[in-house]
Parts: sequence; C-alpha cells; structure tokens
Amino acid sequence: MLRSVALWLEDRLHLAKLFQSTAGHKVPPSTNSWFYVFGSGTLLCFVLQIITGTLLAFVYQPSASEAWASLQYLNNEAFLGWFLRAIHNWGSIFMVAIMSAHLIQTFLFGAYKYPRELTWVSGCVLFLCTLGMAFTGQILRFDQDAYWGLGIGASIMGRVPFIGAQMVHLMLAGSIIAGETLSRFFSLHVFVVPGTIIALLSLHLRLVLNKGINEYPTPGHVVVKETYETQYEDMIKKTGVPFVPNVIGKDLIFSAFLTIAITACALFFGPAGPSGPPNPTLIHTAPKPDFYFLPVFAALSLLPAYMETFLLLGLPVILIAILILLPFYSGTGEKSYRRRPMAVVIVMLGLLTLGVLAYLGTFTPWSPHMEAWSNATTPEAYFQGRSPLELQGAILIQSKQCRNCHSLGGDGGLRGPALDTVATRLTGDQLIRQVIQGSGNMPAYGKNLRPAEVTALVAYMETLRPSYQPAARVASKH
Amino acid sequence: MSESNSDCGCKKAALAKSESAGSVSRRNLLLKIGTGLNAVAGALVGVPLLGYALSSFARTSKTSWITLGSLDKFPEGETRLAVYRNPESKAWDGDTAEIPCWVRRVDAESFQVFAINCTHLGCPVRWFQESRLFMCPCHGGAFYEDGSHASGPPPRGLFQYEHKVESGELKVLGGHLPSLAEPMRKEES
Repeated sequence: MLRSVALWLEDRLHLAKLFQSTAGHKVPPSTNSWFYVFGSGTLLCFVLQIITGTLLAFVYQPSASEAWASLQYLNNEAFLGWFLRAIHNWGSIFMVAIMSAHLIQTFLFGAYKYPRELTWVSGCVLFLCTLGMAFTGQILRFDQDAYWGLGIGASIMGRVPFIGAQMVHLMLAGSIIAGETLSRFFSLHVFVVPGTIIALLSLHLRLVLNKGINEYPTPGHVVVKETYETQYEDMIKKTGVPFVPNVIGKDLIFSAFLTIAITACALFFGPAGPSGPPNPTLIHTAPKPDFYFLPVFAALSLLPAYMETFLLLGLPVILIAILILLPFYSGTGEKSYRRRPMAVVIVMLGLLTLGVLAYLGTFTPWSPHMEAWSNATTPEAYFQGRSPLELQGAILIQSKQCRNCHSLGGDGGLRGPALDTVATRLTGDQLIRQVIQGSGNMPAYGKNLRPAEVTALVAYMETLRPSYQPAARVASKH
Repeated sequence: MSESNSDCGCKKAALAKSESAGSVSRRNLLLKIGTGLNAVAGALVGVPLLGYALSSFARTSKTSWITLGSLDKFPEGETRLAVYRNPESKAWDGDTAEIPCWVRRVDAESFQVFAINCTHLGCPVRWFQESRLFMCPCHGGAFYEDGSHASGPPPRGLFQYEHKVESGELKVLGGHLPSLAEPMRKEES
C-alpha cells in the first residue's frame, strides 16, 4: 500500500529526478568542511524569521496609534508573545552575524571568482536586503528609538543633492513622521523586502546548482577561465559525492546549534524593547540604533562635518560597488587566502574598524550626560581647604551644567576633558579665555556668565590639581 | 519535417513547407500583437500604480498657520517647550500627531520658534536654562540660545519655523520635518 502510494507520487512528481538535480547533486568532497555551513545557517535564520514574523503579525497592529500598545500586549499578556518577539529579535541578530560570516568565508575562499560571479552579486544584494530588513524591523518596533531613527533617516535623505526634500517626503510618506510612515515601513518589512529576498534566494541557490559549489581552495591552484570549468566537471565526475547524504551532516549539526543558540538567547535575554512610547513630545530620550548600525552611528559623531555628507551618501555607494563588482576585476587567479594576504588584511581591518566603532557606539563618549549637572557627585576632597570664592565656583560648575560634558572624580560627561587636573594644563588666564570664548568643541559662555561668576569658576578650577603636580604656568613669564 | 516524408511527392512536401512557414509568420504576428498589447495594458495599470506608490515624492502637502497658544504662555527672555497638533494628522497617527518645538521670546514683540530636531541628524535637542544652551543627546551637538551653532557636528544652527503674532496668539507654519534640503516652510503665495 505504502509502496504503491510512493510509486504513484514518484510517477506524478518525478521525485527521484528532482532529488538528483537538487539535494542529491554531486559536490567536491573537499566541501565537506565546517567552513561551508554558514550559507545554510543563514537560510535557517531566514526561515525562522519568516515563521516568527508571520506569527507576530497575528497580533501586531501596523498603526502608529496602536503599534506600541500591541507590542506591550505581546510582551506582557499574549501567551508566549514575549518569546516570539525574543526569537524574532535574536533571529535577526544571528542572521546578520551568520550572513556576515558567510560573506567573509566566500570572500576569503575566492568563491566569487569565475564562473560564480552572479552567485556573489546576488549574495551581496541579499546581504543589503537583510540589512534593510534589520532597519525596517527596528522601525516596526514603534517606540522612541524608532521615531527618532526615522528622524535620522529623514535627515540623511535631506542631504541628497537636488531632490533631498522630495526624498524626505517619499521616505516619510508625507511632510512629517506619522501613521503613514509606519504603514510604509510595515509594507517594506513584510512584503516588499522579503519578497525580493525569496526571489534572489531562488536565483542564488539555482546558481549554486548550475555552476557547482566552490571547491576548498588549495594554494597554488589558480583559476584560468579557459580550463576551470572542464577541470571542475572532471573532478566532480571522478571524486564527486552527493550533497545528501554525504555532506549535509555538518550543515545539520550547525543549524541545530544555531537554533538552540537563538532559543537560548531568547530565553535568557528576552525581547528587545519597546522603549518609551513613540511620542515626540517626550524629548528626554537618547535615541540609539540597534547594534548593526552602531558603527555608522559612531562614525557620524567622530568625522569632521565637511566629509559627513560624502560619508553618508557617497561612501556607501562606492563601497557597495567595490563589493559587488569584485568578481569582475578580480575574477581569476589564486583562490586560497593563504596566497592572498591583502584579502586577509582587508577582512581584519574591516572587522577591527566595525568592532571599535560599535564599541564606542555603545557608550557614546561624545554625548553630553544630560542629567550630570543635577545628578553627578563630587568627591569630598574636591571641597576640602577651599576658600568661599572657590566653593562658589564649585557650585557654578554644577549649576551651569559644565558637568554634562566634563567629569569630576570620574562622574559626568566625557564630551570634554575631565577637570580633575585642569590646573596642571591651563593657567588662570587661559581658563578665563576658554570659559568666555570657548574653542574647538566647547561653546562660549561669555554671554551667560557674569564677571564675578567667571572669577569664582576659574578660582575653583585653579585648585584642581594633585598636590604632587605643579600648576600650569606661562613659559614667557619665567 | 518535410524531408521525412519524401515518398509523398514533392507537391505535398512543398505544401507542408509553405503551410508551416505561413503558420510561423502568423505566430510571429500574434506574438508581436500579444507583446504590444501587454505593453499597453502594462502601462495602463503600471503608470497609475507607480504614481500611487511615488505620490509622496511630489510633495503636495499644504502649509497652514497653527496656534501655539496665547502670548502669556511665553515669558519674556525665556525659552519654553510648546506642542502643536500636526494640521494634516490622520485618525491613526496616535501620539505622533503632537509635534514639539522650542519657543524663545526675545522681548515683548519678537520671538524665535525652533524645530525640536537637531540639524545634524534630527534627534530632539534639549534646552538648558542655566547654561543657555540647546544640547543634542545623539552626537553631542550644542546650540546657543538664539539657535546658532555652538559646537559639535551639526552643519548649521537650529531650524526655525516661520511665525507671526495674531490676535494675541503665537502662530507657526508647522507640520513638516525640517531637513537641510528644506529648512523652513514658506507661506504659499
């Protein structure tokens, strides 16, 4: 009975033929490697995102007035709603991470070279689509960060030459962030971008079958256009093994661990946000993007203003072009990273740059600590033995909000230098000039401080040095 | 096809050949008509669809004067947060319909109304009364009380709204997110 059903299905669907040309196709035995598991890992994350996303859409309200409340409901009331949100959040983090690993691995193994150019190009576009999913997903978590994140997006669009104002309108679906903006991003996140991903993914996988998976590169084995494909076909004929069941084992083990890791993170760390409600009148907020965009967020604070517009609009285009066109200017030759030192250096420098920027982005040393002037404490030693005038200066340092940018005793903003030893660096006259005129990143306080206040402030700052270090002095006077 | 039945005589073969040639050109014609018709039909449905999807690119929204309240809400020499309702708000806008802005009353007659958005990347700036500075929480931009740039990455001073005093009320031309491309909305003439 079972056998006849199987035979009937086989007759109608040609399953054996389908299997041979897809899952059972022959691959080089060298690809049975732990380095080759990231592609299927990314696919697993994507499937998980589709399933959890669909389930979240059972409850989520894509309306500016109700989205935030529906997320609260998911977090606190809906059965396992928090868990679904947590898996979707951690799934996205893992998807970006594993996809990056896949990109780096295929780059280092020369997989983009002849004849797999289109596989690389479609993969790069898939990577960009995934980042697009990350950004739009962050907007659907319609909270304060999402609201001001849209503001940041619009500000970037506003820098586009000639059609900036129109681009802002197109992005926001109107003059200002409102209900239609969220609906637009919902449509992008749920229909447009996932649809594009599915289409591109089909192409990506079709190309892997058409041109075969990249063999594990051996140093000295160079790609020559005239001979590569015949060599590859010969190798498959002689030594090729079916992907299922010979090679898929490592993919399965990796995918299982990946699922366990995502679930564990979801259980231990829970869902992300939502933070405060998306009410623009609640201005006591410090917006920050999700971790994927922290490096960009950090770079925007550290770069000089004159190159900002170029960095925001020009550099991404150039970098993406360099990445996508890689197989067209480096399509042959050595594949192994052991013979491509520059490739290794590029990956290491790239990761280092992103890592340092993301690290800085997590604690934003450039942002004033908005509450430091009323919250930050001062060590007792900083008051002892001071004259009434100097103590008056100590109060002014607090009340004039100096500490939002300057720390004392390790407490306060990091925007400007710490003031603990300021008297060893600046003389009294220099301190007066700095306070009144400002310079560099310091605003001028001349208009906001009475002369007596400046005197008290500077008198206090002149005491801020350790007893074992001399005060700064003017070289010309001695 | 015609070569295979050589025993049927050349007349029949020639007939078959001319028939198949005729049907090929007829197929070509139908293919051409079909493609052309679909191009027309596609444009017929596609152009309006694109127009709908990209309509916000054309910026059709109107400006209108919105009141921020009576003048005595704003003491002379002070800077206060004011909130207005977006004149184009929809029923489903929720909290996002309430737009904040900073109002500085310079003296009895003159005002400055600043957008809440930092000119760097749009984050909400906060007013610090004691140091008389606006500070931005995102990348550390700072502005003086008259909105001019004091320090940090912002490329210009704070965005301002067009405003006027009418029948004891302060009114602004609001309802748009100012950006470097469109810093201020002007009244339509």
